[in-house]
Amino acid sequence: MKTFTNIILIILVVALIAVPMFLVKGEFSGADDLASQVIEKQDPAYKPWFSPIWEPPSGEIESFLFALQAALGAGVVGFYLGYLKGKKEGKNVNRNLGLSNSFKEN
Amino acid sequence: MLKTKFRFLLLLIFLLIPTPVFAMHIMEGFLPVKWVIFWDIVTIPFLLLGFAQLKKEAAAGPGAKLMLAFAGAFIFVLSALKMPSVTGSCSHPTGTGLAALLFGPFITTVLGFIVLIFQALLLAHGGITTLGANTFSMAVAGPLLAYGIYKGLTKAGVNKNISIFLAAMLGDLVTYIVTSVQLALAFPGNSFGLSVLKFMGIFALTQIPLAISEGILTVLTYNFLSRYEDAKIWVEKGEH
Repeated sequence: MKTFTNIILIILVVALIAVPMFLVKGEFSGADDLASQVIEKQDPAYKPWFSPIWEPPSGEIESFLFALQAALGAGVVGFYLGYLKGKKEGKNVNRNLGLSNSFKEN
Repeated sequence: MLKTKFRFLLLLIFLLIPTPVFAMHIMEGFLPVKWVIFWDIVTIPFLLLGFAQLKKEAAAGPGAKLMLAFAGAFIFVLSALKMPSVTGSCSHPTGTGLAALLFGPFITTVLGFIVLIFQALLLAHGGITTLGANTFSMAVAGPLLAYGIYKGLTKAGVNKNISIFLAAMLGDLVTYIVTSVQLALAFPGNSFGLSVLKFMGIFALTQIPLAISEGILTVLTYNFLSRYEDAKIWVEKGEH
């Protein structure tokens, strides 16, 4: 695909997130409460029979762990994409210099 | 007729009321024991098949391991991003569509399973007792549908980018639909159908813009990968 199309698509993704963030009035909570409320209505007698072994002690810690998850993932994603690009460029450089392609065997 | 109209009306009501949404996974302890066992039994064969395929794939060389890490990391990133949606609440994409296109649905089951364990143990998001059910919705049903749609559409001659987009988007959406069905099966109330609608009201509408985002991101990433020789083995594998 052309760079232009890619840029439009990226803008679209940003818009899909930004538009609700700025234009919709909502709580934007990811509250687990609502589902448990529905469950309570459906089956008033139900009691959760197991609770999380460990819970993040605060919202700050929780967002830290979520950020950590995203950062770890993004790090690996970036590493791999950079690896692909660097390897391709290394091959091109070698070809231009007339060297044997030492990366080929990988 | 009246009944369907009534149901449709209810669906609309549930969809239009902006409600806070719990991210995606079924919370710890919120499935009765018999359903915990049921979803564990249903999910285990997919996991075993996935582990066997993963072992074979990883043995293919360092390139394969890197690509596996990449596909897993993609799921890691996307499922950590809780995004705002038009309903005024938040949810997160799944990221499993890309892995399904690269490695097939079963290896994706394993990758999704790993992410779910991380979230259940460290984030109190999802849970150990609900791990089987959550793995089924996010890492079995979603990837299977995504893979099937991609295969079907490309065979039918549909444009490649559109096929990728629809596969990833619908794979994301079906994850939430399956979650709704799982909860409705466990908590049918007076009517199973109504119960499904209620839970889908919590999930489905919020998820639509996120599913579209995931579809677009998957197309962009897939196309980026296809520019590189080293990634071609997997990118092309999805095309046969």
